[in-house]
Amino acid sequence: MATTKLLGKRIKRKEDPRLIQGRGHFVDDIKLDGMLHMAFARSPYGHARIISIQTEAARNAHGVLSVLTGDDLKGKLGPVPCAAGMEGLKVPAHPCLAGERVRYVGEPVAAVVATNRYLAADAAAQVVVEYDMLPAVTGMDKALESGSPRVHESFGDNVAFVARLEGGDWKTVAADPAIKVIKQRLINQRVGPMAMETRGVVASYSPGEDTLTVWSSTQIPHLLKTQLSLMTQIDEPRCRVIAPEVGGAFGSKLNVYGEEGVACLASKLLGRPVKWIEGRRENLAGTIHGRDQIDDVEVYFQPDGKVVGLKCRVLADMGAYFQLLTPAIPTSTALMILGCYDIKNVSVETIGVFTNKIATDAYRGAGRPEATYIIERAMNMVAQELNLDPVDVRLKNFPAPGKDITLATGVSYDTANYQKTLKKVLKLSGYSKLRKEQQRLRKKGRLLGIGLSTYVEICAMGPSSRMPAGGWESGTVRVEVTGKVTVLTGVSPHGQGEQTSFAQIVAQELDIPFDDVTVFHGDTAQVPMGIGTFGSRATAVGGSAVYVAAQRVKKKMARIAAHKLGVKPGELVFEEGNIQTKDGSKSVTFKKVAEEAYMARELPPGMEPGLSELYVFEPPNFTYPFGAHVAVTEIDPKTGEVRLRNYFAVDDCGRILNPMLVDGQVHGGIAQGAGQALVEEIIYDENGQLITGTLMDYAVPKAHQFPWFETAHTETRTPVNPLGVKGVGEAGTIGSTPAIVNAVVDALGPLGVRHIDMPLKPEKIWDLIKHGAAPGGHAS
Amino acid sequence: MKIRINLNGNWREDEVEPRMLLVHYLREVAGLTGTHIGCETSLCGACTVLLNGEAAKSCTLFAVQADGAEVTTIEGLGSDGNLHPLQQGFWEEHGLQCGFCTPGMVLASHQLLGRNPHPTREEIRHALEGNLCRCTGYQHIVKAIEWAVEHPGK
Repeated sequence: MATTKLLGKRIKRKEDPRLIQGRGHFVDDIKLDGMLHMAFARSPYGHARIISIQTEAARNAHGVLSVLTGDDLKGKLGPVPCAAGMEGLKVPAHPCLAGERVRYVGEPVAAVVATNRYLAADAAAQVVVEYDMLPAVTGMDKALESGSPRVHESFGDNVAFVARLEGGDWKTVAADPAIKVIKQRLINQRVGPMAMETRGVVASYSPGEDTLTVWSSTQIPHLLKTQLSLMTQIDEPRCRVIAPEVGGAFGSKLNVYGEEGVACLASKLLGRPVKWIEGRRENLAGTIHGRDQIDDVEVYFQPDGKVVGLKCRVLADMGAYFQLLTPAIPTSTALMILGCYDIKNVSVETIGVFTNKIATDAYRGAGRPEATYIIERAMNMVAQELNLDPVDVRLKNFPAPGKDITLATGVSYDTANYQKTLKKVLKLSGYSKLRKEQQRLRKKGRLLGIGLSTYVEICAMGPSSRMPAGGWESGTVRVEVTGKVTVLTGVSPHGQGEQTSFAQIVAQELDIPFDDVTVFHGDTAQVPMGIGTFGSRATAVGGSAVYVAAQRVKKKMARIAAHKLGVKPGELVFEEGNIQTKDGSKSVTFKKVAEEAYMARELPPGMEPGLSELYVFEPPNFTYPFGAHVAVTEIDPKTGEVRLRNYFAVDDCGRILNPMLVDGQVHGGIAQGAGQALVEEIIYDENGQLITGTLMDYAVPKAHQFPWFETAHTETRTPVNPLGVKGVGEAGTIGSTPAIVNAVVDALGPLGVRHIDMPLKPEKIWDLIKHGAAPGGHAS
Repeated sequence: MKIRINLNGNWREDEVEPRMLLVHYLREVAGLTGTHIGCETSLCGACTVLLNGEAAKSCTLFAVQADGAEVTTIEGLGSDGNLHPLQQGFWEEHGLQCGFCTPGMVLASHQLLGRNPHPTREEIRHALEGNLCRCTGYQHIVKAIEWAVEHPGK
């Protein structure tokens, strides 16, 4: 195929042939000689003291080789790690199997290893745990009251941390009688990432060699390797982690879980491979949840719609223990709380609260959807209060286009043009026509709502100085003896398609066939160093590393070719598999130069043989994608059901390398944001019982619940990396949740509704329509 | 218990526990790991196979219930050089990202097109009610199926 200009093209994925034939290898597809199966006995209570664990029956059960409890781990397996830190942070002890107490439903208490998965499950059910139930606390308001049950006795209260971010002088603003204020509690409910593939691990310890090989459904194989080495005390050089095909993650596998550690220890003790595959019930209780904030916001604004101050108390539900990044997630909320607007005065108090639930952690957007929800709901409430179009309030508050700005929160955005994306989405959606349609339909008693969100987000994680475990990424480009090209990347995709997009980058740079380039990721024995895939960083950071490595390989090949041809390297171009002078008079094939690099007979004096370049890209900054979304919803007044009728998205993710992949990310992101807005909700009762424990109760959106997503882009290349790519993995989710809630509130505006909390379930809406809005205009 | 199953066109005989789920039989006894498990409550559809030509959720059947039946898994639908139009469509239209839901999606789509060769977009979406996807937002899956409709191939 033509190899010039692969970038920007709609190229079919290299990943697909094996996946569409069912030939991909996910962790549960891995079968090793002598492999055993592990199952867990888990806490059925939200909070309890463990009086005793009787493992006799389980040990004697058919096919069982081992039963492990918390005591068995002492001195043998380190705790579950947390990489996030901040001043005054209270960090709970977090063993891989419960110690004296259990603090959330689903907490692993004992592990059983048996010859097959059915026998392991049978035996796990025979572990008898005597519990002394303790009062649980699940609501954050309650958790902050003195006298409420303590999740961790030794901490004295349920506060994990208090962080403050202030800029400008909101107190003066608040005291100004000419300034209006709206105060609103916003609930950003707990949701489950719900990757279609649950978690799973195969740990294989080799006793003779003292080596540990782990296959795990993970987003971070290298980071996991380091942590498992520390937890198991097997030296890092002898640890290997492989992320096989990973069936979705959305942040939930950006982590180190206790089960992974226990599987490694079990394998070490038994000298045989041990597999654990999470069930869906286990997943809903035992894999991290996302969001879960209560945001009390005060927005201060002039009568003309200019917003001059924002104050917010963010209560962030940590759960009972920390996972890898738990306390760090809400700090992004404070940082991004001003969104696209140059609001001069800000005050955010963020309080991390312990509760008897599983930990929250990164979930698509990780703190930024929460921020965008706060500010975009605030802007709409201002519009509603002043009877202005939400578009006009945005335009009034956007900064002037094209200039770098630093906001009162301290965050600095690179060149942005929020007006451009807003204008584009208004055109794409036919906004003024929609408003007219809304008027027409209102006269007939129909409830059509139009919701806008204009967002900016921070991603392409990120400068190492601001990251908990490094923010660089490595790329290796190696031209083999035969002239085919191997690319190694430290990113670890789980659906994003980097085997395709990175091959596009390298093939275009070297001007060789796309099919001649093979990209590998996920195996720490093959990829020398890496951070992983999360925070919309893979292409921006990982792709840039691969790009520079390709440029360096190209430079070396040019020198070899120049030496062969008797010209200067600067006279040569790479043209469809040849390296030649611009007029084509002197030429040598790409393959020949590759071969020569290894045969090393005619290399320029002083040049090392070989043709492999490793580049580690350290991003100088985050990137700041932005966009504008419009959602159109219609509410059935008889049932309260919300139908998402139209969705329009204009996103600026910088340079687009493969528009098909970008659209896929936008669609998937919108779907998850819409899911939170409309149907998804993790519910624990006041005893810490997980009510939404299976897919019978946790609603994941289905195909018929979505309209056609109309998407468009602007491309403002970021100066932060050589590709100009910003990242797009999370943008859809960030933009969609507020757009949809804004639409539904807009639909119910005539009823005096100012706010409704998510999810916008039919019964909630129906109740509002039937009984009217509560005084103050908001309903929860 | 001894069971005989016609799996992707070939009869085979195996000894299984009565309680073994069909999906585990396919994955672990027959060694065909293309059929995936995504839940325990028959909701997600990742385990969808064809049982005597009709889409069935193999996590909700015991292997013994398939005794004497024809079972088609994703592996039996098409392979390199001879992909089923639906498989080709998913490739052409980026109808998959992580690929975990894909085998089930393809087989559910197969049933749809068998019953309704020219479905509307609405009909396609409703036919996928039994299959969850968390990556794609479903739009490219709809396009993939439309591609197969437009390119029925051999």
